[in-house]
Parts: sequence; C-alpha cells; structure tokens
Amino acid sequence: MIRYLKSSVFTLSLIPFFLITYKIFFNKLGPEPVKEITHFTGEWTLVFICLTLAMSPLKRFTKLTFWINIRRMLGLFVFFYATLHLLTYVVIDYRFDWGPILNDVVKKKYIYIGFSAWILLIPLALTSSKKMVRLLKQNWKKLHRLIYIIAIFGSLHFIWLSKTIFFKPLIYTLIILFLLSLRIKFKKNT
Amino acid sequence: MKKFKYSEITPEKIYKKRRSFIKSFGFGFGSLALSTLPLINNSFANVDQNKVTSFEDITTYNNYYEFGTGKSDPYIRSQNFKTSPWNIKIEGEVEKPLEISMEEILSSFQSEERILKLRCVEGWSMVIPWNGFSLSQLLSKVTFTSKAKFVEFESVYDPDQMSGQRYPVLNWPYKEGLKIDEAMHPLTTVVTGLYNKKLPNQNGAPLRIFIPWKYGFKSSKAIVKIKLVEKMPTSSWMWASPREYGFYSNVNPKVDHPRWSQATERVIGNDIFAPRIKTEMFNGYGDQVANLYTGMDLKKYF
Repeated sequence: MIRYLKSSVFTLSLIPFFLITYKIFFNKLGPEPVKEITHFTGEWTLVFICLTLAMSPLKRFTKLTFWINIRRMLGLFVFFYATLHLLTYVVIDYRFDWGPILNDVVKKKYIYIGFSAWILLIPLALTSSKKMVRLLKQNWKKLHRLIYIIAIFGSLHFIWLSKTIFFKPLIYTLIILFLLSLRIKFKKNT
Repeated sequence: MKKFKYSEITPEKIYKKRRSFIKSFGFGFGSLALSTLPLINNSFANVDQNKVTSFEDITTYNNYYEFGTGKSDPYIRSQNFKTSPWNIKIEGEVEKPLEISMEEILSSFQSEERILKLRCVEGWSMVIPWNGFSLSQLLSKVTFTSKAKFVEFESVYDPDQMSGQRYPVLNWPYKEGLKIDEAMHPLTTVVTGLYNKKLPNQNGAPLRIFIPWKYGFKSSKAIVKIKLVEKMPTSSWMWASPREYGFYSNVNPKVDHPRWSQATERVIGNDIFAPRIKTEMFNGYGDQVANLYTGMDLKKYF
C-alpha cells in the first residue's frame, strides 16, 4: 500500500517537469520563454519546499506515518527543481557566460541567497539514502534541519527579485513561516 | 477624421513584411513620413535590434499594475476599460490652464509612425511601431511661466474599473515626471496608437507618453493630467523605493538596479536559444539625448 502511494506521489511530483518539457517542445512558453522556464522551476522549488516542511506537522495532526515516508522523496524533488532552476539560469539564460554570472552571485543579493540555498541543498541530497540515515544517526536529523534555512533563503530570493512588494512572494513567505512556527511549538511540548 | 489606415486594408503579416522590406532600404519610402524628423530614423538605425515585436506580444505582455501585476493581467482585465469620454488637463505653472478632449487631440495633431525600442527595468526589451507625435507639440498649446522646471504626468485613478488599484502595490494614482528639456525633446512621444491601430487599453489607451531612452515605467499610461511644476516631482516608483528607482531612470548598462544587473536584456519574442543582448546607453538613443545630461554624474542622478 505504502509502496503504491509512494510511487503515485513520485509520478505526481514529476508533472511540473513534464508540463514544462511539453511547453518547451511545443513552444507554449509565451513572449519571454526563458523567464517562463526560470519562474516555473523556481516556483515549483518553493512549492516542494512547502510540501516537504508540511510533512511532519501532517504526521502530528493525522497520526499517519505515511507523511514521513514520502518526506525524503519530496525533499529530493526540491533539489531536482532547484537544480533545473539553476541550470536554466546558467545554461539557457546566460549560456555559461561566467563573467556576469559570477558578478551576480557576488553582488546581487537575490542571486547570492538563491545560490547559497542551492549549495545547502547538496549535502541534504547526498545524505538522503537510507544508508546515510543509518550511518549519520542523530546527526542526520540535525543536518537536515538545514531545510529551515533553505526555506527562508528561498522565500527571500523570491522577495528580493520582485520589483516591489508583490503578493505571491509574500504568500510563500507566510506559508513557510507558518510551517516553521509549527515546529517551535512542537519542541516546547515535548 | 475618416481616414483609411494601412492596418485596415493590409493583413498584419503582409504589413509586417512590408515594414521589414521598407527598413531594408533604410531610408526608403517608409521614411517619408518621418523625413521632417530625421533624428528618429537615425535613432532607430542605431538600435541593433531591428526586428519589430509582434502585435500579439506587444499587446499581451504588459506591465500595467493598475490592472494587476501579472504580465497578461492588463490584456485580460482591461478590455472593458472605458476610454471615452476622456479629457486631459494641462495645468500648474502655465499662463492659462487647459482642458483638452481626446477628440480634439486626435484632430489637431498629425500622428506618425515611430518605431521605438522599449527597455523595461526588469531586463527585457521590445521594438514597437507606435503612432504618435512629440509631446512638445501638445505642450505648445500652453504658455509656461518662468517657474516651470519639471513636468508631472498623472494617470487615471479609477479602482472600480482598474482592479489593481484596489491594492497598495504602488502609490495611486500613478505619477511620473520629466525635466522640462526632456519633456520638450522631439523623441518624447505622445502615443495614441500602435501598429496603425487605436491604442489598445492594455498599452495605456487612450493616451500615453513614450520616452525611448528611459526605462519603461517612466512612460505613463492613461494620462489625465499634465502638470508643469517648479520642483522635481516624486514618481510612484520613487515613493515605492527611492533607492532603487530614481527620477531620471535613463537606460544605463553601467548603473545596475541595486538588486539586479542592467548590463544585458532579453528580446521579447525570441526563442529559448536566442542569447541576451547588450543593453545600450540611453537604449541606443545617446546621439539624440546624451546632450541633455552633459556634466551630470549619471550614477548619482540615476
């Protein structure tokens, strides 16, 4: 049963990827296609961050362990979409033109913080296997709390690239802050 | 004013082909209408990108926060916007304030095609075949007092019709401004149409201005008031973030937006394999407008 549910979550998580691939191949990206891919992959990264963060509160409220069973997979999809997002920027948008890319990474805070978030995702992705969970024991949990910082970085990345105070980045920020606040209470109770 | 327009008798594709044909001649027949203003032709020749953006892209990809912050919001939400009757007030530091109707403007000024490049502060650009005339012509209807140093443009405030104005995204009504010499420059255009069609609502109907050497947000849409003032006006974007959006906002690849680079831009309508292009100083209109800023530190007066 769990196995079946897990594979459906996996398939569902790939829908955005197939959707953007379809849009690329059938020229449905609109007047600014590169920005469309960038925004699409970026926004889905944030969605998966929110989903990943929602799993342990969901487990607490529903008393179902299913949520924890799919949590790591959702986390890996954060890395997957974040990597597509970064690759869009480096390969399609700037075509490996390292000068302006490095300039952005160093000087522009929204790029800097977005890039940092991606770097922080790497150790999480590398230690996502069952073997690594067993190997790292208590440290695994500590290490994977990095996702809290990544989530905040991700929402700041969105806020800082917007021209002024926009609705969407604020909504993501509020959701992330809400999901993080659930954890503060959790700790106090136990 | 019953007059046939090319767009009414020529399908758009052929019309566009005709345009590129004309342009391949440089100063062919198409330039005749502009021959009185040779600098506009020159300015276009300076712009490396000589591909006119499609009507569809120009009219479905807009920043017009009065109708929402999404790029397609203006197209979707502005179709029922009422642009008639429409009056424009010219007031402030003038001998005698003037209120002029759209009909009067359309009948008293000869519009011409002006193909000008739009560079958005977000880092994209379009080439748009506007129809319009120089703002200086409209302003010649009034006599300035000696105190007139700046021009302030006020856009319409109508939250009932403009759903975006129900949210404090910007300080409504939208305000923009120019120095008087910028306003009187022949390239500063009063726009009443594009592609030889009536100006679509999402592009700022019935009347907007267009200043090709400044970032797009400087070019106010749906203007109801033009005010001559003594002190530098505070634009809506300056209200939103004075550190990021300056009064001048000239296109300048060397002066970044504090949060993102302005060195390059994406051309609207290009596919994903097209590279970014280098942003040009004054959006490529430096030959015509650089003299407005001689001796000014453009990093300071951004």
